Amino acid sequence: MKLHIVSPGPFTTIQDGGRYGYMASGIGTSGVMDRFAFEAANWLVGNKHGEAVLECTMMGPSILFDEDCICAVTGADMGTTIGNRPVEPYKPFWVQQGQTLTMGFARSGCRGYLAVQGGFLVPEVMGSRSTNLKCALGGIEGRPLKKGDVLTVPDEHHSSIMDRRCKVPVYSQNVTVRVVLGPQAEYFTEKGISTLLNETYVVSNQSDRMGLRLDGTAVETVSGSDIVSDGITLGSIQVTSSGQPIVLMADRQTTGGYAKIGTVCSYDIPLLAQLKPGASVRFRAVTVEQAQRIYKLKKWRIFR
Amino acid sequence: MDAIKFCPAGDCALIAEFGNRIDEDINSKVHALARWISERKIPGVIETVPTFRSLMVIYDPWRISYRRLTGILKKCSFESRDTQNTQKEIIEVPCWYSGPDMDDMEKLTGLSREEIISIHSGTDYKIYMMGFLPGFVYLGGLDKRIHAPRLSTPRTRIEPGSVGIGGSQTGVYPVASPGGWRILGYTPLKFYDPEKENPILCRAGQYIRFVPISREEYERAVTR
Repeated sequence: MKLHIVSPGPFTTIQDGGRYGYMASGIGTSGVMDRFAFEAANWLVGNKHGEAVLECTMMGPSILFDEDCICAVTGADMGTTIGNRPVEPYKPFWVQQGQTLTMGFARSGCRGYLAVQGGFLVPEVMGSRSTNLKCALGGIEGRPLKKGDVLTVPDEHHSSIMDRRCKVPVYSQNVTVRVVLGPQAEYFTEKGISTLLNETYVVSNQSDRMGLRLDGTAVETVSGSDIVSDGITLGSIQVTSSGQPIVLMADRQTTGGYAKIGTVCSYDIPLLAQLKPGASVRFRAVTVEQAQRIYKLKKWRIFR
Repeated sequence: MDAIKFCPAGDCALIAEFGNRIDEDINSKVHALARWISERKIPGVIETVPTFRSLMVIYDPWRISYRRLTGILKKCSFESRDTQNTQKEIIEVPCWYSGPDMDDMEKLTGLSREEIISIHSGTDYKIYMMGFLPGFVYLGGLDKRIHAPRLSTPRTRIEPGSVGIGGSQTGVYPVASPGGWRILGYTPLKFYDPEKENPILCRAGQYIRFVPISREEYERAVTR
């Protein structure tokens, strides 16, 4: 069956869990920004773990379905409708042949997800369907969706999952995220680290899937933040020489030359993914042992 | 193997650091550890990212903890492969030196434009690592006289083919990207070309030599 993109929304891409194994040649992972919403969407429609979904930023697409299909919307509440009928998020629903599904402006949160049963049949590139804009690969020609695109979905349905439900999350625009200090914490003064952990930072409107640029009190370094480039991971907090932190997200570069004061814990990344420009962020330090204990508790509480 | 410093990079990655300089010996140890890890197939390790002077290891904390993984890595032993005797493989990179930061470079270095060009194009640079962007080469051996700090605020867009200097490093932007390096000029050569079967032009271990070209030569090469 086919899904016709009537209007794409400002920035809608196909994403899955990410592209692993190619960072050493400079090809980043990409993948969804909000892993919790992603996992929930696939579970709700009965997909296998890690199937590709649509990720919509700030506003969603309008999509015409040429056959009946089971879908679910998660993440930001985009006031999704079929025709004029509102659709409940975080539960599976049918879209009938000839109907148009419309995801509107994000009323809470920033990124909405649409999963369809069976997933989107775009080619896997290097083991993933995620769109990587910088490398122009994955998804549809490595680019965001545009009007007139046609997405193919497998034909078979199974409706045994129609009673699945998830708790609808509330997305605060004022969050505290946990941070493991390092790997270059020693490039910052005690005052600089205390600034990061005690001040509130505001999400700049230059933020995107690559990174959340934050505005706030400059983080003081010992003698500048230039380092001999090393690896960057999801959640790395690099501080540019102007002292402003940038949290690196799904479309981050693989390596970089600004000192990284800390790394946001993987399970708090979804909180950041749902922040709009103007939202505020605070950082709280945890040890790596604490961080990994919490990880083990979180893994099973993702969406059930 | 002594003197590896381990540091967590959040809950799912760690950095094994061999030094904080650009140095051939340090770099070869990094690649040796990467090989050691990939040969051992440690459960829970997802991938590694070798850089000039450190190795980032991405892992799943559900399967292996920071403490256990660093315990294993501390016991590693290997000999870094001798790369001195192999023949230098040089890739010539034509460069039209007309970048927006040339004036600043003159002020920062106290050298004339001609001197900067002659110094920059007068060395064969070893590719120590790839990263940052698809096909981006990190090169060793930039002359101290033309070291220059990165921009205090990175540009939001740098064009593909831009040749720049950031701190003690020089390199080429393979795709359009935000970036903080000072731009010296432009090459018509494509370091990353998704249309090609092998989209990445270079690999670590090869050498790069910049060759100054005129505007006319640049434009001819681009339109060809």
